[in-house]
Amino acid sequence: MAARVVGAKETAPAKYAWEIQARGLRLRAGRRTAVRGVDLTLGRGVHGLLGPNGAGKTTLIRALATVLRPAAGELELFGERPRERAGLRGLRRRIGYLPQNFGFYRRFTVREFVEYMAWLKEMPKGEVPGAVQRAIDRVGLADRADEKLKALSGGMVRRAGIAQAIVNDPGILLLDEPTAGLDPAQRMRFRELLRELGSDTCVVVSTHLVEDVATACGAVVLIDEGRLAFQGSPADLAAAGTETDLGDSPSERGYSALLARHREAK
Amino acid sequence: MRETGMHASTELITRYVAGDSTIGAHTEWALEAHLESCPVCRARLAEVTSLSASGMSALVDQGWRKLAPVMAVNRPAPARRFRVSAWVTPAMAPWLCAAVFVALLAVAFGSVPDAGSVLFLLAPVVPVLGVAAAWSRGLDPMYELTVSTPRAGLALVLRRTAAVLVAVLPLLAAGSVLVGVSPLVWLLPGLACTLTSLALGSVIGVERAALGVCVVWLLVFLAPVVARLEVLPATAPWSVPVWGGASFLAGAALVARGRALTTLGPGFDEKGGR
Repeated sequence: MAARVVGAKETAPAKYAWEIQARGLRLRAGRRTAVRGVDLTLGRGVHGLLGPNGAGKTTLIRALATVLRPAAGELELFGERPRERAGLRGLRRRIGYLPQNFGFYRRFTVREFVEYMAWLKEMPKGEVPGAVQRAIDRVGLADRADEKLKALSGGMVRRAGIAQAIVNDPGILLLDEPTAGLDPAQRMRFRELLRELGSDTCVVVSTHLVEDVATACGAVVLIDEGRLAFQGSPADLAAAGTETDLGDSPSERGYSALLARHREAK
Repeated sequence: MRETGMHASTELITRYVAGDSTIGAHTEWALEAHLESCPVCRARLAEVTSLSASGMSALVDQGWRKLAPVMAVNRPAPARRFRVSAWVTPAMAPWLCAAVFVALLAVAFGSVPDAGSVLFLLAPVVPVLGVAAAWSRGLDPMYELTVSTPRAGLALVLRRTAAVLVAVLPLLAAGSVLVGVSPLVWLLPGLACTLTSLALGSVIGVERAALGVCVVWLLVFLAPVVARLEVLPATAPWSVPVWGGASFLAGAALVARGRALTTLGPGFDEKGGR
């Protein structure tokens, strides 16, 4: 096996303070304003994006993935604004994105799917086979790599989706509801993978499961009705709740307490 | 790469392999950094290891033997020279079939007396269907994933459109030559329609724009062609500057608005996300 040589790019110092920085971000989903003025700074680590359905999680993640242009406000990724066309391509090469309802070609094998995504992400040709194998290995699909996607279960397809998101070793990894359709054992393995990825990547995971956040994330971002309701650690989230709040665990009670407080304040 | 001539001595490497703690942390660190980038010294390291630390190399060999069955499963596929999916995707199949069907239809009706009119009417629709195939958010399940990648945008749309045209245009051209109509009759209007649907597509979505252009084209020219006007619009003296001008304007608009093809586009949320 050939030794992996660490390139100059990987050891280059970062010239930005935060991977993701947003100021007064407003986003539209169709005709509706889904995100109304959000200030956010996210660095390395796993950030759990929490919120009720329709809070604007998917819209926010789409904007971070640069597929949705902000209606107002500023967004900086790796300290650069994703506006200019040439700059946008460079930025996107360093982003991994798993949409909520992600589609795929049913006849592709797992390997073909991840290879195709690697090609779309403009990875150098020579690096593709090794990177694809590593990504498939990391999500635990190595033994099914050459099976067609249509033959896989929902949980495995989602893992293939995660593999395509991490194939380019992204600096920003955006996962929209990645735990949907995973069974408890897979969910635990996935949390482990998240913690591993979070050591050198800015991971943003949206979920409506408070437990995912409490166990796998180093930081919590709570949004409600398009506004930032809370940003802090999972411990802060748990501490915010009291016995009288709705929920079965400290984190859930904290979640409902913070939501209620945010709605009252308006 | 490091300069040749600057290499670690065999003596130092031997001490390093033996785990000699008198080397000193800074020397050891420098040696390891050097070994990472110097194949000559790595080769020397391997030699020293196999000679002086046979117990160690036996242990390593045992480790590799254990790993072998796992690595046989985890072998990466060889790099591909040509990737079909770089040009056509499975989602393009329905539109591609439609384009081929219209092309065949145009050629089949080419034997009627007024072959030029039929080809003029139908041929420009063919590349527009190709455009719809290239960037179809309704039929392409991977639309959102594709749009989020660096390769998304005008270049990828044009690449896929070109793939469809390579499949369909020879058919049309051969048909027109067979029935004795110059392909120039429909080539320029076809170009204008293609560029218009792409430019319009950057505003309202490519698929919608392509369908719109097809419908408008057929509505506007169906009547004169059916009525057998004496001078066909395509062969009229004004036609070349008009089609040329329309193509130029649409092309300019497309270049200016090309960035829109890197975002999801208006109205995606209603269809796509929850």
